Amino acid sequence: MITFESVSKTYPGGTQALENLDLDIATGSFTVLVGPSGCGKTTSMRMINRMATPTSGRVLVNGQDVAEIRPVSLRLGIGYVLQNGGLFPHRTVIDNIATVQRLLGLDKKAARAKAYEALERVGLNASLAKRFPAQLSGGQQQRVGVARALAADPPILLMDEPFSAVDPIVREELQQEVRRLQAEIKKTIVLVTHDIDEALLLGDKIAVMAPGGTLQQYATPHEILTRPANGFVGSMVSKDRGFRALSFSTLDEFSSTALPPRGADGRISMAAVAPGWMLDLDPEARTALWINEAGTTFPAATMVRRGDSVRSALDAVLASPVSAALLLDANDVPGAYITLEDLAPHLRPSPVAGA
Amino acid sequence: MNWLLANPDRVRELTVEHLYLSIIPVVAGLIIALALGLVFGNRRRARNIITTAASAVFTIPSLALFVVLPSILGTQILDPVNVLVALSMYSAALLVRTVFDALDAVPAQVLSAAEAIGYSPARRRLLVDLPLAIAPLAAGLRVAAVTNVSLVSVGAVIGIGGLGQLFTSGYQRDYPDQILAGIIMILLLAFVLDRLIAVAGRVMTPWLHVSLKIVAPAGTEPATGNPASAASQSGGGK
Ligand SMILES: Nc1ncnc2c1ncn2[C@@H]1O[C@H](COP(=O)(O)OP(=O)(O)OP(=O)(O)O)[C@@H](O)[C@H]1O
Ligand SMILES: [Mg+2]
Repeated sequence: MITFESVSKTYPGGTQALENLDLDIATGSFTVLVGPSGCGKTTSMRMINRMATPTSGRVLVNGQDVAEIRPVSLRLGIGYVLQNGGLFPHRTVIDNIATVQRLLGLDKKAARAKAYEALERVGLNASLAKRFPAQLSGGQQQRVGVARALAADPPILLMDEPFSAVDPIVREELQQEVRRLQAEIKKTIVLVTHDIDEALLLGDKIAVMAPGGTLQQYATPHEILTRPANGFVGSMVSKDRGFRALSFSTLDEFSSTALPPRGADGRISMAAVAPGWMLDLDPEARTALWINEAGTTFPAATMVRRGDSVRSALDAVLASPVSAALLLDANDVPGAYITLEDLAPHLRPSPVAGA
Repeated sequence: MNWLLANPDRVRELTVEHLYLSIIPVVAGLIIALALGLVFGNRRRARNIITTAASAVFTIPSLALFVVLPSILGTQILDPVNVLVALSMYSAALLVRTVFDALDAVPAQVLSAAEAIGYSPARRRLLVDLPLAIAPLAAGLRVAAVTNVSLVSVGAVIGIGGLGQLFTSGYQRDYPDQILAGIIMILLLAFVLDRLIAVAGRVMTPWLHVSLKIVAPAGTEPATGNPASAASQSGGGK
């Protein structure tokens, strides 16, 4: 549990970075601080590990005022990922990752063994271990930064715009990776970004901040999208808002059509949705191919499961050449399909998101 | 050249003396400068005082220092300690500025990262700041070493100058060949020391000399290597 109690910060020179911030960050949650440049996101995050000090108010970690904890021991228990990786240029990848464990007093060998585990956990090949940071791509450096923060298994992880320096494709990869990691390791993660999409994708809770360091709304992504607290939050999420809100409604009760039986050639005719199209299903390999009259094949890449979000089901339907997405049954075998008609009842605009 | 080849023993003896008269002060000066730099590098006032003092030391003529030191240290006028102390002072004065500058040049974000992940200030200074300052330090050290090699010869005037004694005696006896021998040996010595420090600096900074061309296909796909075996391989490394 991380608690901000009426925290304000005025830097020497008079810049008001934070104004009266109250925030409760639950243990094991993924909290994203989002807002435009200069609104005090970094400042508030750095207060958690005492890299910045409040002018007034307190920051508590597990009920204890951080001002009363020795900075070094506080920080050794908090993983920190910086925007550009913040790696040590003079240490190899593996020694970068082993740093915190070394500081905690582990011998080199044990620290490195742990570091190899962390390297693998962030999806990097062990062959990179002996390289120096300058020999890595930006995305790899960023992963090493995450691995270094994870290696000592701290209960709290702070990430300051960890993905802003990499290209959009790598960014998306890293975001998925962090989501997967969080599902796996359940740390208390605080992430700073100015990208509202990233915030909506990653956060359990999102704190939207405005210039001057004022908290605008602290809520789940769904609430932020459907019930923005004010015009400021509303304007941040206005783009694709209706479509995004579909991410938060799940597909539970809906109609679908059972797949017709296989023909003599083992293929299933999809004439009901697209004349001339066939489906070639391999339940063993769990692969499926759409085949048109000319014999050209299109893999059915995305399939839908009960409980998926309406957004991903809609995407699967729209991406299918026959405008139908295969529905996986409880055994993960495609036995039916859904079309736009099946989804239509779920595409009602959210009453508040429509504004 | 004739004299040089005809007196190998004398040349060796003088070279050895010259060598220790120039190396000991550089090492002592480096230690003093590093200590001052690491301790006071972040304190503005102390830094100003130190750099001012260093400039002042450097403006004292070496000969004057050689002559004055015995009365301060209580040594004999012909004691090599005088030369060693004087040259150590010059080396420290020359190097302290380099140390400050080299430490300043370490990227602030690396230091901030180190602090944020839990380095104590002292540990960070030694394990992050210092290694990252090696390259500019080595450059400064080369200058100090070469300067020292030439300053040692001034000691010849008070009888302790290594190869510099070839100048005084060659001059007194009007024997240019001996002076030439001294110049050759001193140049050689300076060159060798300079190269040695340069090479040592390179060896100590492998990260600055790696090929940046390795573009790994290995990067982002899932790790295939067995981490346990990889870890045990690496255990004895470095
Ligand atoms: N050390 C400092 N001294 C003086 N002012 C500072 C300092 N650090 C930050 N500020 C100011 O405080 C305000 C908040 O800064 P902060 O870094 O917390 O913003 P941010 O939300 O992280 O912005 P960005 O998205 O650009 O990183 C800014 O106006 C900034 O200029
Ligand atoms: Mg910031």
